Amino acid sequence: MRLSVQSDAFSLGAESEAFAAAVPGAGAVVTFTGLVRDNGGALAAMEIEHYPGMTERAIGAMMDQARARWALVDALVIHRHGRLKAGEAIMMVATAAPHRADAFAAAEFLMDYLKSRAPFWKKEIGADGAEWVAAKDEDEAALTRW
Amino acid sequence: MIDILYFAWVRERIGLPRERVETQAATVSDLVAELSAREERYALAFADLASLRVALDQELASFDAPLAGVREVAFFPPMTGG
Repeated sequence: MRLSVQSDAFSLGAESEAFAAAVPGAGAVVTFTGLVRDNGGALAAMEIEHYPGMTERAIGAMMDQARARWALVDALVIHRHGRLKAGEAIMMVATAAPHRADAFAAAEFLMDYLKSRAPFWKKEIGADGAEWVAAKDEDEAALTRW
Repeated sequence: MIDILYFAWVRERIGLPRERVETQAATVSDLVAELSAREERYALAFADLASLRVALDQELASFDAPLAGVREVAFFPPMTGG
């Protein structure tokens, strides 16, 4: 299992290939990538702040839970912070399992938890100023299914 | 002495990312009351606790949690990762 909290851009292709090349016994790899939405051209950039230390700890705990719950061969989480432009990849999750149901479920679980339990805060910077992104009720509600 | 960290709009409203304070507060709520009494900017940041989250030594906690033995308290809005 690998977790990387970084400001640098990452290559979705290179990360996915490297991940899938080292998962002995896996028959399924699921990847999810989150991108900065351009909001119809209104977004100039996104600033992502995080809580160093707690971020790694919280995501590490989520990954441990995912491994305890599903038959995972491996999991990967990459999450960026700092200033990102529209269209850039913010984060990715990859899971590998013997069968696809576990890989899909673990990836969704990790995504749901990353949304509202990993200490990141997004600020959208547009032509008319900057605004912190508000947490959505449905993201909080999504946790109840786990 | 306790380290207090602020993130996102809480940090902007208070005007600093972290500070070290001497406090006898027994719980998070007591600490919030103590800070709010200090200056207007704190009172504004802590005006609506329902819109805030708190972590004690990097673990999410509730506002009635005790502060005994805690070294680091962080205040921030609901998280928006992913």
